[in-house]
Amino acid sequence: MIGTRAAEPVAARADDVWKVYGSEEARVVALRGVSASFARGKFTAIMGPSGSGKSTLMHCLAGLDTVTRGSVHIGGTEVTGLSDKALTRLRRDRVGFIFQQFNLLPTLTAAENIRLPLDIAGRKPDPQWWDTVIGTVGLGDRLGHRPNQLSGGQQQRVACARALMSRPDVIFADEPTGNLDSKAGAEILSFLRSSVMEHGQTIVMVTHDPVAASYTDRVVFLADGAIVSELENPTPETVLEAMKAGEVLV
Amino acid sequence: MLRATLKSLLSRKLRLVLSGLAVVLGVMFVAGAFVTTDTLGRTFDNLFAEGYSQVDVAVTAKPKVAVSEMEGEQILTPLPAALVDQVAKVGGVEKATGVISDDGARVIGSDGKVVTSYGPPRIGMNWVGTDDLMQMRQGRGPEKDNEIAVNEAVAKAAGIKVGDQVGVLTQLPKQTFTLVGVWGYTNDRDSIGGVQETAFTTAQAQRSMLGQSGMFTQVVVDVTKDQDPARVRDQIAAQLGSGYDVKTGKQLAADSAAEFKEALGFFNNILLGFAGVALFVGTFLILNTFSIIVAQRTRELALMRALGAGRRQVINSVLVEALVIGLIAAVLGLAAGIGVGWLLVTLFGSIGGGLDPAPVGVPLAAILSSLIVGVVVTVVAAVLPAVRASRISPIAAMQDVATPDRPLTRVTVTGGVIGAIGAALLGVGLYGSGSLWLILGGVLVTFIGVALLTPLIAKPVVGGLGRLFSWSVPGRLGRLNSGRNPRRTAITAAALMVGIALVTGVTVVIGSVKASVAATAEDTVKAEIVIGGDQNGPRPPVFDDAVLAEAAKIPGVRAAAGIWNEQVLIDGERAYVTATENLAELAEAFGSPALPALKPDQMAVSTKQATEHGWATGSVVKVQMPRGGEHSYTIVTTYDEERVPGSIMLPAAATKEFGITQPSFGFVRLADGATVAQVLPQVKALVADSPEVNATDRSSFIDQQVGTFDTVILMVQVLLGLAILIAVLGVINTLALSVLERTRELGLLRAVGLGRAQTMRMVTVEAVVISVFGALLGVVVGSGLGAAVVRALEGEGITDLVLPWGQMGLYLGLAAIVGVLAAVLPSIKAARLNVLAAIAHD
Repeated sequence: MIGTRAAEPVAARADDVWKVYGSEEARVVALRGVSASFARGKFTAIMGPSGSGKSTLMHCLAGLDTVTRGSVHIGGTEVTGLSDKALTRLRRDRVGFIFQQFNLLPTLTAAENIRLPLDIAGRKPDPQWWDTVIGTVGLGDRLGHRPNQLSGGQQQRVACARALMSRPDVIFADEPTGNLDSKAGAEILSFLRSSVMEHGQTIVMVTHDPVAASYTDRVVFLADGAIVSELENPTPETVLEAMKAGEVLV
Repeated sequence: MLRATLKSLLSRKLRLVLSGLAVVLGVMFVAGAFVTTDTLGRTFDNLFAEGYSQVDVAVTAKPKVAVSEMEGEQILTPLPAALVDQVAKVGGVEKATGVISDDGARVIGSDGKVVTSYGPPRIGMNWVGTDDLMQMRQGRGPEKDNEIAVNEAVAKAAGIKVGDQVGVLTQLPKQTFTLVGVWGYTNDRDSIGGVQETAFTTAQAQRSMLGQSGMFTQVVVDVTKDQDPARVRDQIAAQLGSGYDVKTGKQLAADSAAEFKEALGFFNNILLGFAGVALFVGTFLILNTFSIIVAQRTRELALMRALGAGRRQVINSVLVEALVIGLIAAVLGLAAGIGVGWLLVTLFGSIGGGLDPAPVGVPLAAILSSLIVGVVVTVVAAVLPAVRASRISPIAAMQDVATPDRPLTRVTVTGGVIGAIGAALLGVGLYGSGSLWLILGGVLVTFIGVALLTPLIAKPVVGGLGRLFSWSVPGRLGRLNSGRNPRRTAITAAALMVGIALVTGVTVVIGSVKASVAATAEDTVKAEIVIGGDQNGPRPPVFDDAVLAEAAKIPGVRAAAGIWNEQVLIDGERAYVTATENLAELAEAFGSPALPALKPDQMAVSTKQATEHGWATGSVVKVQMPRGGEHSYTIVTTYDEERVPGSIMLPAAATKEFGITQPSFGFVRLADGATVAQVLPQVKALVADSPEVNATDRSSFIDQQVGTFDTVILMVQVLLGLAILIAVLGVINTLALSVLERTRELGLLRAVGLGRAQTMRMVTVEAVVISVFGALLGVVVGSGLGAAVVRALEGEGITDLVLPWGQMGLYLGLAAIVGVLAAVLPSIKAARLNVLAAIAHD
């Protein structure tokens, strides 16, 4: 399994994915035949205006939501049609999440929160990797604190460390800087960027902030449930331009 | 504002159901008690009205020793045959019939056992022909002294038919009769109200039921057609003078029903007491629910404040919600209570054997008490959360909902003060005034105090308990969750505590009484063999006194003596007395220091009785017998209370004028060298003709004597089961709301890989920790209360403090199971959460 994972150049893939909510009159088509690949070791941003389907796409890719048609792969595994048990294992072992709301457990300390997915899986953290991650997140003496004793930026760094700790195939980040001031946001984005550069982590991030998108290797623009354009090696300026050009202003 | 409240109420139906259920159950108990007693009351009204419908006027002799229905069985005073003729001559009397009708004709069934009626009396009567209600089913009435007829209820219960030889126990030892007839009643009934009746010839009835010839228990009068029974009654009464009660059939029916209703009132109070406990527990549940609701609605309420709602309006908003829930719950509880009443009455009717329950009615008291109790309990419980809601600042609407841990200092200090007041009340009640109300009030206030102290204890204890489960991640998360909101955990656990504490307390007290009684018996009863039976009615099981003399003759028997028990009047006051055929023999058989045999005009009393009444050796005491006259006895000796079974001992001659002329216990002491195995079979053979009693060895006798205590404990456990059930609802409620509150967390846990089974385990651990915590508190508080009561009873001879470790362990184990059960629904709900929706939830 590990072997195929390493050999597989694509960390996550969507093939002709349709997502339809409701039925009859109340029908809402959130995704209309989206196909996209997210290369291993790359940092990709998904952008688009509200209601463009960017969050839906991410949820479908992460196995949090089912697709109406088409298929989704994570690593070499087809996610579509997996049982809840298999999906739980997939999320536990092969996917990491970072949320806009941090979503830490208030009863656990920072360190315990970071270790949580491993604890659930009944695995011990690799001590070297633990030190590396903790070192890069730079929490140091705050590891024993509970979430409500940490600032927003610190909490999000704990969430990032938690996602990294199990070395997942892919980390999905949903507006990770949405709740942070620009300084703390920049720290988080640099941290994500460096984990891609230094450790070959694959990250897919949903954002509507051109500055955040400029930290990535590639931006995918969505509008009305379909991919309208892409941009490699973005800068804030090129992102803004692309948004204007594609009328995908957020 | 009102509309907003009602809308928010309707949008959370689950919350409504859960918090309402506690009130529904409590009110159900209250309404059920009223409906049951009312319906049973009317059932007995009808029963007695019909039973006396054939009687125009009846004459009875005034009882010598009046005993109410609650205190035992009234012994009837016989009246002479001459009185019947005297009554017959009064104007307006068409016919006067001398009737013997008294409880105590015990028919021996075809299986050799005495037929029991489970409550209704077993009447022995003289046959005076059928009346309008009676219908001969088979054969005829008795014509010779060795013949009897019985009603269908007896025939069925005993499994006997016309032509059979049937043994009957009466005031006389077992006698055998030929069954010549079986009768029933109109509308195909076997009896009226399950009463068992056995009819003899008049002469035989006088011998068997009264032990005197030429006597009757009452004169039944038929008045001539044009006469008013009340006027004839007055005329008879004027003729007979003050020694007799002359009453119309209607009066008799009303009097009998009134006596029964007194007993029913007692029953009603017991049920209401348990309903009170249930509602008290329910209050905790409602208080908790509303606290959680307010926490959940913080944003909504703050928004209302921001939009200009005043504090009063916020308070009213919560109280209106409580009012609506209380009202709906009260109505549902009333309906359920009517159902419970119907069930109880039907059950009672089937056990009573042929009791025709009156149609279920709903007395006004049931409706009023249900509504008042339901609404008041709910609103009172909601006041604290309502006030707290009003303190929410408008700014909270703009912020993320954060309920910071409020410090526990104030609640702890208050709890300490209230707990101390409760303990003080209890102390005064137990050691000072001995008032039941003070004791109950003390227990109640102590509970509230402990409940307020619980949040402080919750943290360390819950943490400690939770460590048992910490080996797995779900277990650890569950433990952390249960320690998360100490107030909520505390109130939920406190509700469970109340029920468990009461059960434990009662178990400690009754267990200690039982142990003390057993120890005393162990210490005092030296007789190796005891003759006696289980009493399950107002009449004690008795046996032929000839057995005692026979037993004394068995080789290896050192002494054998029996005791008779009765209530008499001493100086006009009712007193329990004991008679024995030979006090010297009884002392010997019982193993007490030697006492003299009593001559027919002598008595002996315990030193305690002597002190209380100011008696001394040589005092002359006047004793009014239930049947017969007043006699003077000279006290010849006093003795230590615990050395003889009875504190006022009369000679055997006195038993002739007792209501029950046969002994109820016999004590047989063996000579040195004789063994129980040798002698017991011979004693058993002697009592073979007295199937109400049995001969047992000493330890079985003691077990049998203290066995009733176990029944009482079981009853209390069953009745407090409801309070515990409500507490379990509380656990479910707390968990369900916690799951709701932590939706996003659960979503996250599922997102990072917590499986469904693990999620369920996490919720279950939380439930188990809370339940076990509550049970632990209950066991500790209950043992404390029980021990306090036992200590206070030390002067009454309750010297053994028994802590029922086994039972306590059982309660803790049950609490763990309860926790698992309470977690079923919430944990399924938690496991089924849609991960995506849960994370997006706010």
